[in-house]
Formats: sequence, C-alpha cells, structure tokens
Amino acid sequence: MSGAGATAGGLHAAQPATEHVRDALVSKRIVVGYGFWIFLLSDIVMFSAFFAAYQVLVNATAGGPSGRDLFDISNTALETACLLLSSFTCGIASIGAQAHRGSWFYGAMTVTFLLGLAFLGLEAHEFAGFVAQGAGPTRSAFLSAFFTLVGCHGIHVTGGLLWLLTMMAQVFAKGYRPDILRRMLCFSLFWHALDIIWVGLFSIVYLMGVAS
Amino acid sequence: MSDVHAGREDTAPGYERPVGEEPEAALSTYLIGLGLAVLLTVVSFFIARTTLVWQPSIPVALAVLAVAQMGVHLVFFLHITTGPDNENNVLALAFGVLIVLLVIIGSMWIIAHLNHNMMPMDQVMRMQG
Repeated sequence: MSGAGATAGGLHAAQPATEHVRDALVSKRIVVGYGFWIFLLSDIVMFSAFFAAYQVLVNATAGGPSGRDLFDISNTALETACLLLSSFTCGIASIGAQAHRGSWFYGAMTVTFLLGLAFLGLEAHEFAGFVAQGAGPTRSAFLSAFFTLVGCHGIHVTGGLLWLLTMMAQVFAKGYRPDILRRMLCFSLFWHALDIIWVGLFSIVYLMGVAS
Repeated sequence: MSDVHAGREDTAPGYERPVGEEPEAALSTYLIGLGLAVLLTVVSFFIARTTLVWQPSIPVALAVLAVAQMGVHLVFFLHITTGPDNENNVLALAFGVLIVLLVIIGSMWIIAHLNHNMMPMDQVMRMQG
C-alpha cells in the first residue's frame, strides 16, 4: 500500500515500462486517426440530415425558380474539377509530410489552397448570382434547403482552408514532429471527406436537378 | 514507425503504409484514385445531359455513379480498405452508412406518404378563400 513499494515496482519494471511507452507512442497515431474518423462520420450524418431536408423540399418551389432554371452545370463542373484536384494534391502533401520532403509538402499544400479558394470563389459567385435574380434563401423552401446544404459544405471548405494555412505554418515553425504529422493526418482526412460530400452534392443537387 | 513488423494491428484511417522509402511509390495509389474519380465524374456529367438513354433511369444511374465514386475516394484517398488491420475503421463506416441511409430514406419515405395523404395545396387555398 505504501508509495515506496509502488516506486520499487516501477523501478523493477523499468524495461517493460519503456516498452509500453514506445507502444503507446506508436498507437497514438492510430487512436487519433480513429477518433477523427468517428468525428468525420458524425459530420457526414449531420450532412445526411441536410440532404434529407433538401430531397423532401426539392419540389417546394412556391412558384419560384427550380433547380432546372437556376443551375449552370458548367460552373458545377469547374467546381468539381477544383475540389477533386485539390483532394489529389492534398494526398501528395500528406505523402510529402510523411517523407519529410519540403518541396512536396509546401508545393502541394499551396496548390491545394489555391484550388480550394477557386472553388469558394465559384460558389460565392453562383450564390451572388442567385440572390441577384431574386432567388435567395428566403424565396422558397427549396432555396432555403439548397442554401443550407451547399452553404454548409462551403463553410466546411472555408474552415478547411484556414486549417490548411495553420498546418503549413506549424510544419514551417515546428518541423515534422510526430504530433504535427498527426494533425496533418487529420487535416487530409477532413479534406478528402469534404470531397466525398461534394460528390453527393453535385450528383443529387445539381445533376439530378438539371436532369429531372 | 515500428508497427510494420507486427502482423496484425490497427491502422489509422488515411494512413498510407510505407511501400518503400521513396514517396513516389505511394503516389501511384492517389493517381489510380484520381483517374477513377475523373472517369466516374465525367460519366456522371455526361449522363445528366444526354438524351440517349431512357430518361427515368438517369437519377438511378447518377446515384449509382455517386456511390461508386464515394467508394473510390474512401479506398484510394482515405485508405479505408477491407484489410484485416482496418476492421475498426470499416465497422465505424458501416455504422455511419446505416445512420445516413436511415435518415435519408426514412425522411423521404415518411414525407412522401404525408404528401400523398394531404389535400393538394390549391384546393386548400380555395377552401380558405
């Protein structure tokens, strides 16, 4: 029961203890990645609620414009190209971070940022055009659901871009430390998950909206 | 990275197992993924506007293509695979997919029934007027 006994035990077990510490350090990346994966799945569940709301309200146009009148598919194609390529360059950046290659990491992160920024610019331009036509989020239930769903994805991309800049600054200031690499792992997961949600968005909202 | 020697451990999602020391080798996974994703995206955009196929089949085709592309992203970009060290990640994904399907299909099902049972809106307006 005494503290001295516990200390003695700790001293005897010095070898297994360091072994255990090393294992814990190795598994930390797995635990962090798994936890962040759970968060991403919960984020996807939240998006599924917005998708369900959109799907339910897609025909509730209240005499206003429908998706077929509003959507410009070539704009959507450009947005899709930007986000898909940025997902690819984000993959290159995470390879570069794991291999400690500065040129790969900084180059790919810069391209990822610019592509993400181009995506946001295209989306903001599209939204501004809708509002200028009198098709803002207050026009109909369909447009409320549209702006909520697509805007929520846009907010995620904005947050991702800020996180991207933070990761570049942290690698620049602190180097490829294990904790920084774990954050980079989470960031790349986040960015790829945003692209998965965009696949659902352009298929269900834009392409089905134009096709139906 | 001493987890390479052990036969069966968990991997973190998104973690690229070091194929070799050269990052060029790891790049091939992302290149395959990008190629497949571009292919599926182009087919989606083509199908949405084509008049060559039976029109009611288009939404179904788009949904199938979207699910396929999400699968491509999961395997080649997030590295969620069917490997034995990926069990926990796949189980979490399966649970997530279950909730997503329940929310979306459940909502559409219930609201479609409500719409079916409700009086058409123009008749409601006429009764009020």
